[in-house]
Amino acid sequence: MEKHHINALKEIVGEENVLTSAEDLYCYSYDATPGHAHMPDAVVSPANTAETSKVLKLANENRIPVYTRGSGTNLSAGCVPTKGGIVLLMTRLNKILEIDLENLVAVAEPGVIVADLNKEIASLGLIYPPDPGTVATATLGGTVAENAGGLRGLKYGVSKHYVMGLEVVLANGDIMNTGGKNVKDVSGYDMTKLFTGSEGTLCVITKIISKLVPAPEAKKAMMAIFKDLDNAGKAVSAIIAAKIIPATLEIMDNATIRTVEDYAKVGLPLDAEAVLLIEVDGNPIVVEKEAEKVMEALKANHADFVQIAKDDAERDKLWAARRAALPALAKLRPTTYVEDATVPRNKVPDFLREVSSIAKKHNVTIGTFGHAGDGNMHPTIVCDIRIPEEMERVYQAMDEMFKAAIALGGTLSGEHGIGLGKLPWMEQQHGQITMNTMRSIKRALDPNLILNPGKLVGEC
Amino acid sequence: MTETITAKDINEQDKALLSDLQDALANCMKCGNCMEVCPVYKEVGKEAAVARGKLSLMEGVLKGSIPLSAAFDTAMSKCVSCKACTAKCPCGVPADELILRGRQAAVKARGLHPIKKKVFALLKNRHLFDFSLRMAGVFGPLSFKKIPGKMAALARFPMPGMDYKRVTAPFASTPLRSQYPEVIKVDRPTMRVGFFTGCTINYIYTDVGQSVINVLKENNIEVTLPSMQHCCGTPVYMSGDVDSAKILAKHNIETFDSYNFDYIVSACGSCTEAFRIEFPHLFHDDPKMSAMTEKLAKKTYEISEFLIDIVKIDKTKLGPVNTTVTMHDPCHMARGIKVTKQPREVLKSIPGLTFVEMKAPDRCCGSGGSFSLGNYELSRKINDKKIADIASTNADTVVTSCGTCRMHLTDGLFQNNMNQDALHVVQVLDRSYKAGHKK
Repeated sequence: MEKHHINALKEIVGEENVLTSAEDLYCYSYDATPGHAHMPDAVVSPANTAETSKVLKLANENRIPVYTRGSGTNLSAGCVPTKGGIVLLMTRLNKILEIDLENLVAVAEPGVIVADLNKEIASLGLIYPPDPGTVATATLGGTVAENAGGLRGLKYGVSKHYVMGLEVVLANGDIMNTGGKNVKDVSGYDMTKLFTGSEGTLCVITKIISKLVPAPEAKKAMMAIFKDLDNAGKAVSAIIAAKIIPATLEIMDNATIRTVEDYAKVGLPLDAEAVLLIEVDGNPIVVEKEAEKVMEALKANHADFVQIAKDDAERDKLWAARRAALPALAKLRPTTYVEDATVPRNKVPDFLREVSSIAKKHNVTIGTFGHAGDGNMHPTIVCDIRIPEEMERVYQAMDEMFKAAIALGGTLSGEHGIGLGKLPWMEQQHGQITMNTMRSIKRALDPNLILNPGKLVGEC
Repeated sequence: MTETITAKDINEQDKALLSDLQDALANCMKCGNCMEVCPVYKEVGKEAAVARGKLSLMEGVLKGSIPLSAAFDTAMSKCVSCKACTAKCPCGVPADELILRGRQAAVKARGLHPIKKKVFALLKNRHLFDFSLRMAGVFGPLSFKKIPGKMAALARFPMPGMDYKRVTAPFASTPLRSQYPEVIKVDRPTMRVGFFTGCTINYIYTDVGQSVINVLKENNIEVTLPSMQHCCGTPVYMSGDVDSAKILAKHNIETFDSYNFDYIVSACGSCTEAFRIEFPHLFHDDPKMSAMTEKLAKKTYEISEFLIDIVKIDKTKLGPVNTTVTMHDPCHMARGIKVTKQPREVLKSIPGLTFVEMKAPDRCCGSGGSFSLGNYELSRKINDKKIADIASTNADTVVTSCGTCRMHLTDGLFQNNMNQDALHVVQVLDRSYKAGHKK
C-alpha cells in the first residue's frame, strides 16, 4: 500500500480511525487461531455503511486486500490479514437499531456484541439463541459471517436460522440489501443464506435483520456418567427417539473427564468413558415431563450415575464440569487448537473412538467434548507450537481426524468456519465440482479477489 | 540512563528483562475473553488496549518483530491494573503481572511518565516526601478551593500534571500520624496492632485514619502508628519501577518487624496487598528478607477483614445510622486480596442502614492508582459508568475501601452533579459506634 492510499483512507474515515504504527498493526496480525499471523498495512474503522462503501471502492480500484474483523475471536484464522492490506474493523458500527416486537425482529449493526443484544432483549422476554463460547466478546457481524452456532444448536439451530436479511457492501463498494422481515420469502436466490457464513469472502456485512424468539420459561439440567461410551451414544439416540429435543445435550470424553477432574475436582470418576450434560427448556409443565423422560432414557441405557438439578445452585454445579472443559484442557499446554469437526449424531461414539486412537497413535494430547445432540464435536489439541517435532505429529493427527470425520459422513466444521485452518481438506469433503462452483461464486462477486483472499475456497 | 548508552543497547538489555516471560506469554491462547472485562478496552476499543494485545506486543518485542518503542510504553501504560483480565483468563495467564513486566522494560528503556517521575522521585526520600506533603496541607488552601461539606477540593489555578477541572482531596493541615502519639493506649488491651496508614490516609484522608483508630479503641485494641513507616511502594511497583519499590518495601518490612505486633492493619486494599502479596514476591529469592516478609504477610489484615474475621466485633454495641449505602469494591480488594464479604458484613451489622448492591460492584472505578495521573480523560470515562451504576441504586452514600477509589468516586460524583457522599466503610462503622454510645 502506498502513502497516498493511507491518506485517502484517512480522508474517508478520519485520521484517528486509521492505524498504521507497527505496534498497532502487530495487534491486528492475529485472531484466536494458533499459528497464523501476518501484519496488515493499515487498520481502518469505518463509522457507517457509507464509509465502508468508500473504503471498499478504494480498495477494489487499487487491488488492496480487505480483511473484515469484529472482535477477532474466530478459530479458523478468518481474520488474519495473510496478504497485508486493510484490516476493516467493524466495531464502531455498534448500534442496535430496532427491536420490532410485532414481528419479533431485531435490526442491528455488525459491531454489536452478541451478549449485549441478549441483555437488551432479556427484559422483553426474548432471546437471540446463537451462543458461541465467545458470546460475551464476539460481534454479531462476526458470528453471522462465520455462521456461528453454540450450545443450543440442537433445538435452536445456528446463526443462519436467525438471519432474515442483511445490508452488505460488495467488493466494488455497491450497497446491497437482502431479505427482510418476511417470515416467508422466496423471492429470488437466497442471498441472505449465501452471505451468512461467507467468512468475509463475498461482502462486508453492515446491517443484520435477525429473528428473535421467546425466552424459555423454565430449564432443567441433568447429568449422567457412563463407564461405556456406547451406552452414552445409545442414550443420546434414545432421548431423541423419545421425541425430546433438549436445548443442550453435551458430551465429554475420558481424556476431558480426567483433565477436568484433575483441574476442578468436581467428583467425576476417572474411568468414566463419557459424561452427558442435558438441559431441557420451555413451558414449566412440559419441562418437568421431558426431564422425567430423559432420566428414564439415561437409566434404560445403563448410565452408571444420574443426577437432576433441583434448583439453580445444583444446575450451576452440574454445568461446572462442562464449563471447566476448555479451561482445564487449555491450561495443560501453551498452545490450544479447538476444532469443530462434526458428524451425524449416531456416529458420535465412533468419532470419539477414532479421535482417541489417533491421539494415542501420534502421541498427541486430545480431549474431546462437544455438542452430542447435533454431532458437533470439539476435539481440543493441546501442544506447544514452539516445538517443531511435536507440531509435525499434531498436524498428522489433525489430518487423520478430519479425514475420519469426512469418512463418517461428517463435515470439517460445524460452527467455526473454514478460513485457513481447515482449507487443506475442503477438496476432500466437497469434491472438484463443488469447489469450482464455490470459486465461481467468489469470482463473480469479487472479481479482483480483494475480500479475505485465499480463505474458505482458497486461491481462485 | 547515561549519554553513552545507545537506544539499541537498552533495547537489547530490556529484551533480556522480558525473555524469562516467554513461557508465560506463550500460554495466552488469544481467545480474547479479556475483552469482556477490560475497562480500558471498553473505552478505547483498540486491540493494544486489552491484555491480549499487550501480551502480543511483548511477544513481538521478544521475537524482534517490533521495536521496544515509545508506542510500546504507551500501550503498557494504558492499564488500570484492575486484574479483571487475570480473573477471567481461561488459561490462567497472570496478565496484570505480565503487563507490569512490560512496564519495567519500558521504564528501563525510556523512563517514567514525566508526572510520575516527579512524584516518585519525591516518594523515595521519606523526609522530603513527608515535608512536601505537610507543606501541601499548610499551603494547600492557597491553591485549592475546598468544596463545602466534602473531603474534596478544586484547583484554583492549573497545577503541573493535574487536570484543571479535576476534583482531588485537600491535603490535611496536620497529617494523621502527627495528630496522635505513636502508641495509642487503651485500658487492658486485648491485642497490640500496628496501623499501616498508607499515604492517602496519613496525608489526605485523615478522617479514615481517625475512624480506624476509634473503631479499634472501641474493641480495646492498642494501636501503634510506627513513625518511620513510609509509602508501601505499590504506585511505583505498578508503574514498573521495581528498584524503587524494593527500597520502600524493605524500609517498611524492617520498620514493622521491629515492633513485633500481634497484627498489622491497613485500611486500604492495595497497602494490604503490598504486605501480603507484593513484598513476599519482591523478596522471594532473598532468604533473610523472605522469612521476615512472610511472617508479616501472615499477620496483615485489611480493616473490615480484621474486624469480622479476627476481632469478631460485638454488634450489640452498634447504634443506628439511617442511610442507604451502596458499595464499590476496589480492584485490589476484590481480585488482589479477595476481600469482598467482610466489608458487606460490617455494613449489614449496622442498624438502620439499608444496603443496596450496585451493578458490577467490583468493576474498576477507573482510578487505577496513579493511572489517572497520566490518563485523566480515559479514567474519567471509565468512572462515568461507575457513577451511573451508583446513581441507579438511589443510595445516598457510596462506600469503598481504598483512598484513591474514594478520591476518584468523589471527583466523578462532582463532575456528574451528584450529591452522594463517598466514604470508607470504617467511617460508617465509626458513626455507628458513636450512635451506640448515645443509646
